[in-house]
Amino acid sequence: MSTDIRIKKGLNIKLKGVAEKSLFDLPRTDVYAIKPTDFHGIIPKLTVRVGDKVKAGDILFYAKNNEKIKFAATVSGEISDITRGAKRRILDIRIKADSEDSFKDFKKINPDKLDAKAIKEHLIEAGCFPYFIQRPYDIIADPNNTPKAIFISSFSTAPLAVDESYAMRGMEVAFQTGINAITKLTNGKVHLSVDGREKSFFDKTENVEIHRVFGKHPAGNVGIQIAKIDPINQGEKVWVIKPQDVAIIGRLFLTGHYDTTRVVAIAGSEVENPKYFKTKQGVKIEQLHNQCVFSSAQEMRIINGDVLSGFWVRKNNFLSFYNTLISVIPEGNHYTFFGWMPFTQNKLLSMSRTFFSWLTPNKEYDLDTNMNGEPRAMVMVGEMEKVFPMDIYPMQLLKATLVSDIEKMEKLGIYEVAPEDFALIDFVSSSKIEAQTIIREGLDLMIKEVG
Amino acid sequence: MQFLNNIMEKYRPHFKKGGKFEKYGPAFSGIDTFLFVPNHTTSSGAHIRDGIDLKRIMIIVVFALIPATLFGIWNIGFQHFSQLGIEKTFLELFWYGSIRFLPMVIISYAVGLGIEFAYAVFRGHAVNEGYLVSGLLIPLIMPVDIPLWMLTVSVIFAVIIGKEAFGGTGMNILNPALIARAFAFFSYAGSMSGDKVWVADSAITDGVSGETVLGTLASGKDAGLSVFDMFMGYMPGSIGETSVLMILMGAAFLLFTGIASWRIMLATVLGGAFTAFIFNLWGLNSLMNFPWWQHLMVGGFIFGAVFMATDPVTATQTTKGKWIYGFLIGAIAILVRVFNGAYPEGVMMAILLMNVFAPTIDHYIIEGNIKRREKRIKKIRLKT
Repeated sequence: MSTDIRIKKGLNIKLKGVAEKSLFDLPRTDVYAIKPTDFHGIIPKLTVRVGDKVKAGDILFYAKNNEKIKFAATVSGEISDITRGAKRRILDIRIKADSEDSFKDFKKINPDKLDAKAIKEHLIEAGCFPYFIQRPYDIIADPNNTPKAIFISSFSTAPLAVDESYAMRGMEVAFQTGINAITKLTNGKVHLSVDGREKSFFDKTENVEIHRVFGKHPAGNVGIQIAKIDPINQGEKVWVIKPQDVAIIGRLFLTGHYDTTRVVAIAGSEVENPKYFKTKQGVKIEQLHNQCVFSSAQEMRIINGDVLSGFWVRKNNFLSFYNTLISVIPEGNHYTFFGWMPFTQNKLLSMSRTFFSWLTPNKEYDLDTNMNGEPRAMVMVGEMEKVFPMDIYPMQLLKATLVSDIEKMEKLGIYEVAPEDFALIDFVSSSKIEAQTIIREGLDLMIKEVG
Repeated sequence: MQFLNNIMEKYRPHFKKGGKFEKYGPAFSGIDTFLFVPNHTTSSGAHIRDGIDLKRIMIIVVFALIPATLFGIWNIGFQHFSQLGIEKTFLELFWYGSIRFLPMVIISYAVGLGIEFAYAVFRGHAVNEGYLVSGLLIPLIMPVDIPLWMLTVSVIFAVIIGKEAFGGTGMNILNPALIARAFAFFSYAGSMSGDKVWVADSAITDGVSGETVLGTLASGKDAGLSVFDMFMGYMPGSIGETSVLMILMGAAFLLFTGIASWRIMLATVLGGAFTAFIFNLWGLNSLMNFPWWQHLMVGGFIFGAVFMATDPVTATQTTKGKWIYGFLIGAIAILVRVFNGAYPEGVMMAILLMNVFAPTIDHYIIEGNIKRREKRIKKIRLKT
């Protein structure tokens, strides 16, 4: 049984360099890393030291404020380095990988035979709990809670998005097993949203409530889907998880191993042969990079994630914990003479009709990282509302957040949003406001003040 | 334009943080960013950005004002010479109008932008582009015969008290252009109303008397103008407000580019039409009897609806709020017109009044959203 959800507002950003559907098996590389910086608000407490030998699945660190949130090694090998940044903050824990993985054995178990508590314990011990993200606040879920429901979005509408139904070929059984385990963690339902436009193996998933979602970006954002399916109220908690992470949990039960195999896309206008790679979590980006041809000598930006809400990284950084996409776009460090003159600069994309981009809705753009203007005071020409398909007033919420008016933020729906839902507002804003940053800071304030 | 960029590149370091003229950085960057969209790249949040910026938006509005401005310039000449009974060619009329109008525009921009730049330096924030529009709007809504010093004082008042006192572009409560007009109107009523100010030199030349249609109607006489004249704008009035056709061209451009809210425009027209229609049925005096659809074509009604009411900063910001806001502007504008004998035009008053009430309207609309959220919680609490 499935229900249809139609999202009317939004904006599809079509960029050059969508990954072709060809899969390349990336050879095993020497260094993998897990980055505590991927986990918002987590202060790591290390359980290993440089020189220790670990198996895949051994715990490397846990959260200082919650010992049940544990993080495990993705590969087996020797801890080669623990990099620290300012104020001795741990940036990454690097593992010099063995030539072949040896796994910590968690025993093959059929999740159907376990109760909720046993499943939870099993996931915690294997370091799989951080895959659950809690809304509100967009932080790692607390294992002590039971969520109202669990939401999974099986597709993405972001620019250059990974086609998960392609990426996850061969993981179907693991996905279903993972779902079977997850269903036990909530008293409510597990909601799986699928792309309404095309059929995929997700449609046949059992033990879930399937929602067919139609519409422009951000229709694929799980936050938008939650708002349409079963909005979060004050005091409630829901969990979200990404489909490839469900497969990791599934594999844990099927094989007894913590196997973080991922299919990752490298895409963007700078990549001449954008494609999919089969690799492991925490792989060095350089290794992916070396397998690709880049189009020019131009300076480029590598983004861990999609171009709207990903993070800027250097080549020598590592694939993020949750990430399945590396985007590479040109840097925009240039001046444009009279660039603000209406109807000029038509190589740029705009939601407004002050460019000619509305004439070519299917054109793929080659956008760079230029701001295309300077930050200004907010002048409300209604652009935010056009790309925000929730029953929330985005501008009013942003303003309440800017002045840290907690009561008003609550009333206007801060519990229902995550920074990524505001990514398009970052994009369309003519005043060049940083909506995602504002919301992230607002959520952190709520965690501190309300908890 | 590389050579120009090279020149600017030479001076940029001096105005940056730690440079010799750091203090004047905002003023320099005001000019620099006018010439070049800067090389700033995204650092947090979305890595790509829409091509639009505030400059583009403001310039679009200036473009939309061009037809009305050009017609206004011609109409200055036309009204002046046709009253004197002198035949002149199109170019001569236009030339005469230019001589009268350009000093007003130059003063408006020079004084207004001067203050904006000074404030930017003084307070260390970027020069906002809002005044690009206000600077043209102000002369367009003034009578042609207003002395330039009055215009100057009005502009100073509007920019400092109307805008900068609240924190600059984006923070002002009232439309700055209308503040300038209201200031001039209440301070120098003699130069802002009556039958001697709407046609160039009517106060000093015998035989020239320019009264607006509304003025004529208010004194109980017949309008004496064909509908075609009203639509085309062959009548005395504030410089830019007379031609419905030209304003509608601007409106079409604004709506097409999506810069102005069609809801506000439509709601204002509906509000005006509805109120005027009610008065038509009542019909006590000539203003009440003036056909409702002609009410929309005279005075500053259309100009206000298209360019003033839609100012995104001072208007309501919620969808429902825009309908209410627009409708009330239209209704109050006609109401003031009909009932206020001393002042036959109500658009300025109506918009300023609704500017004040816009946040209140929004407040109640948003309150509705908040109530919905609270109801949802209540429902769940009842269940458990």
